[in-house]
Amino acid sequence: MSGSTRDAVMGRIRRAVGATPDDKERREAVAARLAGSPKGVIPQRGQLASAERLALFVDMARKADATVVEIPDYAAIPEEIANYLRERNLPAEIKMGDDPRLAGIDFSETALSVVKGPSDGDDLSSLSHAEGAIAESGTLMLTSGPDNPTSLNFLPEYHFVVLKAEDVAGDMETLFAGLRERFGKGTMPRSVNFVTGPSRSADIEQTLLLGAHGPRRLHILVIG
Amino acid sequence: MQITSQTFKANTVKALADVDLQRALRHVEKGFIGKRQKAADALPEFEALRDSAMAIKQHTLKHLDLYIDAYVEKVEASGGKVHFAEDADHARRIFLDIARRRKAKTVTKGKTMISEEIGLNKFLEENGITPVETDLGEYIIQLRDEHPSHIIAPAVHINRDQVEADFRKFHVDLDPERDLTKPETLLSEARQILRRKYGEADIGVTGANFLIAETGTSVIVTNEGNGDLTQLLGKCHVVLASLEKIVPTLEDTAQILRVLARSATGQEMSVYTTLSTGPKRAEDQDGPEEYHVILLDNGRSNMLGTEFEDMLRCIRCGACMNHCPVYHAVGGHSYGWVYPGPMGAVLTPSLIGVDKAGHLPNASTFCGRCEAVCPMRIPLPKMMRHWREKEFESHLQPTAARFGLGVWAFFARRPKLYRSAVSFAMPALKLLGGRKRRLRSLPLAGGWTKWRDLPAPEGRTFMQAYAQSGHSDGGRP
Repeated sequence: MSGSTRDAVMGRIRRAVGATPDDKERREAVAARLAGSPKGVIPQRGQLASAERLALFVDMARKADATVVEIPDYAAIPEEIANYLRERNLPAEIKMGDDPRLAGIDFSETALSVVKGPSDGDDLSSLSHAEGAIAESGTLMLTSGPDNPTSLNFLPEYHFVVLKAEDVAGDMETLFAGLRERFGKGTMPRSVNFVTGPSRSADIEQTLLLGAHGPRRLHILVIG
Repeated sequence: MQITSQTFKANTVKALADVDLQRALRHVEKGFIGKRQKAADALPEFEALRDSAMAIKQHTLKHLDLYIDAYVEKVEASGGKVHFAEDADHARRIFLDIARRRKAKTVTKGKTMISEEIGLNKFLEENGITPVETDLGEYIIQLRDEHPSHIIAPAVHINRDQVEADFRKFHVDLDPERDLTKPETLLSEARQILRRKYGEADIGVTGANFLIAETGTSVIVTNEGNGDLTQLLGKCHVVLASLEKIVPTLEDTAQILRVLARSATGQEMSVYTTLSTGPKRAEDQDGPEEYHVILLDNGRSNMLGTEFEDMLRCIRCGACMNHCPVYHAVGGHSYGWVYPGPMGAVLTPSLIGVDKAGHLPNASTFCGRCEAVCPMRIPLPKMMRHWREKEFESHLQPTAARFGLGVWAFFARRPKLYRSAVSFAMPALKLLGGRKRRLRSLPLAGGWTKWRDLPAPEGRTFMQAYAQSGHSDGGRP
């Protein structure tokens, strides 16, 4: 059924766009665009040297209501999270994936109890590792996989995200180039999440409120 | 859903008299216009990005057959399936086949306008399947058994106190004494109730802002995170999207994203932009077991190559309705179908027929603000004029309007007769206007003078004034 519908729909489109059986020129134009992925207009805003780029990211993320701290290394993560939770009188519990970059961290020095795995919806806090970030808009990029289950990005109320300073790019296009390098041209992980601040809604009288269905708070830990 | 575009005039009379609606509509102007302007001003490249975004869609539409083929191939390579749907009925049947096979009882839904276009909720209920809307605005609308009145702010026609009353009526398990006077508490309550639903769902349905040909990816843009949870936690993810959502590459998506959020809500970026490609991978710990895309035509392929092709560039940001004086006055439901405002006035006649929706392109002051703010530079007023012409050609206008236009055309084709007629009429109208120089009623112009006075003419015609100002050739410039 769907096969014949496809033929009918595509037939109408081909007639409308003036396609011909050979259509060398149009095919080449499409192949070239898909292969070359030309960049369009890249705003100047994010095109900065690394220190300024990081500063812009921090500024833009804060404007989107995220909180950001800079810490010296991975070893400083447990204390930062423990302090954050204690200051807000929240339980010292956190859910995280199996990201190898976070594997060596010793949480035993703090009161934090750590559980590994995807979120079942009852976790208050979670910890993820970002694959990159966009200075232009203060956006984090997270990718799905066994290391960082996607549910950790959306279900808990407090989301902690580790980001390496060197992974902050000026623009989204740079991150896409990185994905191509890592996964191969035209191939993607199941889910790529761009996250700009904590979740929100303005559906009631256009009043902006933080903490809709996703996290109420987003705390970014920038390393190095 | 039942179409009421035919009774647009009666709908607007009702809307103008609806006190609650008029109270709620004030938030549209207040909430959107300034924010969009501020966001546009903050990015020097904004206008260049609009040009770039427009060019991407123009290129895509000219090569749509090839990009759709490339897209389908990529979706299948990632383990997903694309189903072509001719029309609303066909799309519903495809969905039901998937649901029956999965023995689905509950379906969670992110915000999708295509679901509205195909009337999915009612159809699911008729077939014993429970749809659960998870976007806060859509959830409110579903409780009230209404339809969205705005494409990105579906409950913009409802006030906080009305939401409170609905929550008390439907959430009967909760403490009746609880405080719901603040929007925060309403949001928390909805969050708490919907949280349980995501994981229970047999199918999670979302729309798509983009379908990327390069990678076979569907993209949704949300602020709440509800669509993301819907597609992540449902055991099967079904994407409802129409043909024109295709874009070539990831880079093209990045271009259009820069104008989308700014035009819609005045944000730099929406909170969540989620790219989904196929079902859960072998080593993933979460994600849906199946991934389907229902690709809907429903009249769009017939718009390609016509004077309405430009409309297929629309990215559903809502800027045109946010800036429309007609929308501000009558709200979205008056338009009588899924798509309101200027984009609805152009799209609705294309999709359901000008015989049913001919009133909509007439509901315009031609102020041009919609085109001025449209990120894809769609010439909305021009296309509304095309529809008016088509309506005239198909003899769909009322006899009085056709007669009036006929009389005007008779004179317009005979300039001498026209000028001598108006040179008698102008002084007469001036005289009628009296000292206040206003006409309170005028034969054949009751539609105007019933609501406001008509300023009386100055007494001379334009041509007379033009000749007197030194152009003695009598008006041949």
